[in-house]
Amino acid sequence: MSSLVIAEHNNQTLNVATLNAVAAAAKLAGDVHVLVAGHNCGAVAQAAAHAAGVSKVLCADAPHYAHALAENVAPLVVGLAGAYSHVLVAATTSGKNVMPRIAALLDVAQLSEIIEVKSDDTFVRPIYAGNVLATVQSLDGIKAITVRTTAFDPVATTGGTGTVEAIAAGPDAGLSQFVGEELTKSSRPELAAASIIVSGGRGVGSSENFAIIEALADKLGAAVGASRAAVDAGYVPNDYQVGQTGKVVAPQLYVAIGISGAIQHLAGMKDSKVIVAINKDEEAPIFQVADYGLVGDLFKEVPALVEALSK
Amino acid sequence: MKILVAVKRAIDYNVKARPKSDGSGVDLANVKMSMNPFDEIAVEEAIRLQEAGKAGEIVAVSVGPAACQETLRTAMAMGADRGILVQTDDEVQPLAVAKLLKALVDKEQPGLVILGKQAIDDDSNQTGQMLAGLLGWGQGTFAAKVEIGDGTASVKREVDGGIQTLTVKLPLVVTADLRLNEPRYVKLPNIMKAKKKPLDTVTPADLGVDITPRIKLVKVSEPPARAGGVKVADVNELVAKLRNEAKVI
Repeated sequence: MSSLVIAEHNNQTLNVATLNAVAAAAKLAGDVHVLVAGHNCGAVAQAAAHAAGVSKVLCADAPHYAHALAENVAPLVVGLAGAYSHVLVAATTSGKNVMPRIAALLDVAQLSEIIEVKSDDTFVRPIYAGNVLATVQSLDGIKAITVRTTAFDPVATTGGTGTVEAIAAGPDAGLSQFVGEELTKSSRPELAAASIIVSGGRGVGSSENFAIIEALADKLGAAVGASRAAVDAGYVPNDYQVGQTGKVVAPQLYVAIGISGAIQHLAGMKDSKVIVAINKDEEAPIFQVADYGLVGDLFKEVPALVEALSK
Repeated sequence: MKILVAVKRAIDYNVKARPKSDGSGVDLANVKMSMNPFDEIAVEEAIRLQEAGKAGEIVAVSVGPAACQETLRTAMAMGADRGILVQTDDEVQPLAVAKLLKALVDKEQPGLVILGKQAIDDDSNQTGQMLAGLLGWGQGTFAAKVEIGDGTASVKREVDGGIQTLTVKLPLVVTADLRLNEPRYVKLPNIMKAKKKPLDTVTPADLGVDITPRIKLVKVSEPPARAGGVKVADVNELVAKLRNEAKVI
């Protein structure tokens, strides 16, 4: 019995989501190993070896692993999986892309976005936009799992004494090629890691008006998020979206501004520690989950809030 | 190039699901069911590719009970040319759906399979990737834009940090994200026309696929509810509460 966690990284640094996945793996019986598949990714392998609870890092270094293409990473993992009882990855877009391919090639089911480990074969996962929690038992020999990062505190980045073992790379499947990426550049914290998030919805009204949201975020040192309605309307890029199919976040403080609170949005933020809602519609469902609700015009209240915070 | 598009009958996105009181499952009695919203986007994309002269026939496929015929008729009313229902009253989990779809791909030989990236009932987000793996095809998941070229497709994907662009060899599997397109409204004459389009029914046994579940549902429960909050009168009270009561700023 031991677990293999697939690391997420950019070939230079280990994504913290990996440490959440290691934390879930640590609740299972046996050792925790980490697979780093990348290109010139030695520093990532070292970082993974230092993570608390990791006893071994397998490092596969080849140009065709540089962008974590599922068609190349999946066969590599399948080749290793026979030695493990569990294969885990954080439920990021990268993890969600590759794990089902691995599971299918192993002819096992996948357990998506687990939020609790009950035993080595039984887990809890949210379904129906988080309105229902399902306790599920895997009947397969190898458990393929994606981990909801907000449900497991990351393990420490230090304290691990894992060894790094270079392993042979598999072939380039030649099915897909990385062309490029447009990543949103921001000096603000990342949504997934922020302790405070300020989100805007349709009520914000325009891309220009989002400056109001950003001003409050900067005052609080917060990340900026958005509802699907705001993203669909083109106010902000897709990677701002919080919700059932966007990012799931659980910060210390979540401020929802001009967001009505559709179940799909609530699914992405209702595990936040403290929720504040500012909305002119007193009946908006967001107030049912908000710890503190302020009924009012966001164009007046948000600048006033920035000013009040300065006092 | 033929396109196969997979559609699932799921709870309507406006309905809030609740567990049955005995915890044995989700209460779906008298609940409105619709086509999974991501699958609507998948159907729309197939139709747009056909309209742009990039695709030939569009075959819509659904897996589930007889009621899924409705879902297939909706896909055909949107513009799919024919439908195939893999009919079963048993629970079919994503791996089994992927195997059923593979069997149909082997038979139909499409150049492209489009699916929604996830169904809003079980929120698994697995079937497309599993199908691509079983077929040994490339995958363009969470697609925001698809362009069919000569032997390859360019796929822009919604990823955590922004947008990623891949070139993937044809044939391939695409899973649709929210921003791929806005599905059209179905017009009444098209609903009438869809009733005359061919709809075949097969069973998992016909396709030689074992759909035995690999995951056992132990129980379902309601998530812990958030305690009701308070309304504050103004921003000064809000700041005071956040500083002194919640202590989060």
